[in-house]
Amino acid sequence: MIALLARDLRLAVRAGGGFGLGLAFFLIVVTLVPFGVGPRTQLLAAIAPGILWLGALLACLLSLDRIFALDWEDGSLDLLATAPLPMEGAVSVKALAHWLTTGLPLVLASPVFALLLSLPAAGYGPMVLSLLLGTPALSVIGTFGAALTVGLKRGGLLLSLLVLPLYMPTLIFGAEMARRGAEGLDYSTPLLMLAGITCGTIALLPFASAAVLRINLR
Amino acid sequence: MNFNALWQYANPKKFIETTDRVLPAISVLAGLCMVAGLIWGFFFTPEDYRQGSTVKIIYLHVPSALMAINIWLMMLVTSLVWIVRRHHVSALAARAAAPIGMVMTVIALVTGAIWGQPMWGTWWAWDPRLTSFLILFLFYLGYIALWSAIENDDTAADLTAILCLVGSVFALLSRYAVNFWNQGLHQGASLSLDREENVADVFWYPLVVTMAGFVLFFVALVILRTQTEIRARRMRALLARERMG
Amino acid sequence: MTLEVSDLAVARGGVRVLEGVSFALPPGRALVLRGPNGIGKTTLLRTVAGLQPPLAGTVRSEPETLIYAGHADGIKATLSVAENLSFWAQVFGKSDISQALDAFALAPLADRPAGMLSAGQKRRLGLARLLVTGRRVWLLDEPTVSLDRDAVAMFADAVAAHLAGGGAALLATHIELGLDDATVLDLGPFRARPAELDDFDEAFL
Repeated sequence: MIALLARDLRLAVRAGGGFGLGLAFFLIVVTLVPFGVGPRTQLLAAIAPGILWLGALLACLLSLDRIFALDWEDGSLDLLATAPLPMEGAVSVKALAHWLTTGLPLVLASPVFALLLSLPAAGYGPMVLSLLLGTPALSVIGTFGAALTVGLKRGGLLLSLLVLPLYMPTLIFGAEMARRGAEGLDYSTPLLMLAGITCGTIALLPFASAAVLRINLR
Repeated sequence: MNFNALWQYANPKKFIETTDRVLPAISVLAGLCMVAGLIWGFFFTPEDYRQGSTVKIIYLHVPSALMAINIWLMMLVTSLVWIVRRHHVSALAARAAAPIGMVMTVIALVTGAIWGQPMWGTWWAWDPRLTSFLILFLFYLGYIALWSAIENDDTAADLTAILCLVGSVFALLSRYAVNFWNQGLHQGASLSLDREENVADVFWYPLVVTMAGFVLFFVALVILRTQTEIRARRMRALLARERMG
Repeated sequence: MTLEVSDLAVARGGVRVLEGVSFALPPGRALVLRGPNGIGKTTLLRTVAGLQPPLAGTVRSEPETLIYAGHADGIKATLSVAENLSFWAQVFGKSDISQALDAFALAPLADRPAGMLSAGQKRRLGLARLLVTGRRVWLLDEPTVSLDRDAVAMFADAVAAHLAGGGAALLATHIELGLDDATVLDLGPFRARPAELDDFDEAFL
């Protein structure tokens, strides 16, 4: 499992791995928003938590189809399925690798992007915390979606259609937590809900993803 | 009652034979109930003292909303049956029901908007109930898209069944998340099993008839569509057999 | 650790292609599957490997003895040859790759990115993977595609050494490898008969 994680990370960092693409996309979304809604600081500050969450979510979505598609094309997935590695484990490792290469950089970069959107000072802590808690769920749910669409020729669009509704609870609680934090309100309820969703998806969804992957390999 | 006897209808041929016998009766009954309920509701009930004649749209709105949710539940059950017992008819019934459920969701949303405009002064509000239905619509959309994207029938049945299972959990989660996110202006459910006193009897009886009509209409449609799916499936199997020589 | 296949029926794309396939593969032996294109050699191998469920029949083997090599080699273009091999060695709980590199004359290429290899070299890398896994029963689907004559000889030597060491191999290939202990199984007689048409059941036929 560690070997698989190391390989996936190495592949992501090497040329052509698309590492950092999500981050660049995040930056572009954050840059485009003021063009769309106008440069008024007050308005931007009010919508900053939502924009940051949406940007992170879309950046995550962007790289989902790479989780399995490349391994599927070159046959690695068949070989992994016959390896002495439980499919559930392989799927979890894939999700972890996706989070480390996409989710974690987004979390780390988010304070800088929050600066661009003039997020109130009180909002930084809850915003980063909410992303830190929420992005693992995004990766795990996305892995499920990627496993569903792995055999399809043009699965990208379908993948978004399938995954985005599943992202809704995470987005709602995550963005709500960031918003309440920015407005100086108590955010313990969404925090707990978000943590619950993340724990639940990490614990249960790999089983569904592995089942789906086995079906797709038949 | 011997439940095992029920499984014999999971044989596609037996299913078609049996349903062919009951389909005409169900269709006629569905038509009767819907026509009777709607005419009764539209023309022979008094106008609400507060809402005027707009209230009469509940005869479309409530049954379709009811069906939208219950069709998803039915798909969940048939998906489970497919996963556990591998009966093809079950998977095909889920496939057949999905577009009907989606249309019901759209009807519920559209009639809701038409009703909401005079009542709340807006076509759309991000109210938990409305939002939940929009989310349900998206789930239907994804489910149907996945079915049509996969060529191998058994693979498609397996994948959509798991999607339905996972989707149900997330749909439920979304429902509570949305409730938390925005307390709404929608009235409480007009009906529940213990039937709260918020709908007067004059409105209630025609509503029950219309709902029965919608349910029967759905059953008839699902039977018809499942039969079509079975025949299409058989045709594909025969063609594949032909190609194999 | 005999691999036993009894009365196996397999399907491709929902259509039954082979049925009643039975054979036993004891240690030290190789079994070559023969048959025209489309008869279901790949499907049979994938079923034996456990990648797809059989329609009927059983595949019996000791757990963790099978290793499958299909048409695609599972090579990552941006990793070097040695890195590719080490990864698979680690997945299978092994660490030594030098023997595999030598067997397929890959040692001079060890540090080259796999994306720079020719098709034949890639194939050799894919076959070298079999050696690092330490599995006893090889399931090989057209292993000699895009190999030149020398490489085929290399491969035949590797298989012979594997058999001599108590391993076994199930191959789908049309090339004579000159193996002493190989049995040929023609799949023609196992082609699935179309089902009767007057009735239809769960299989829609």
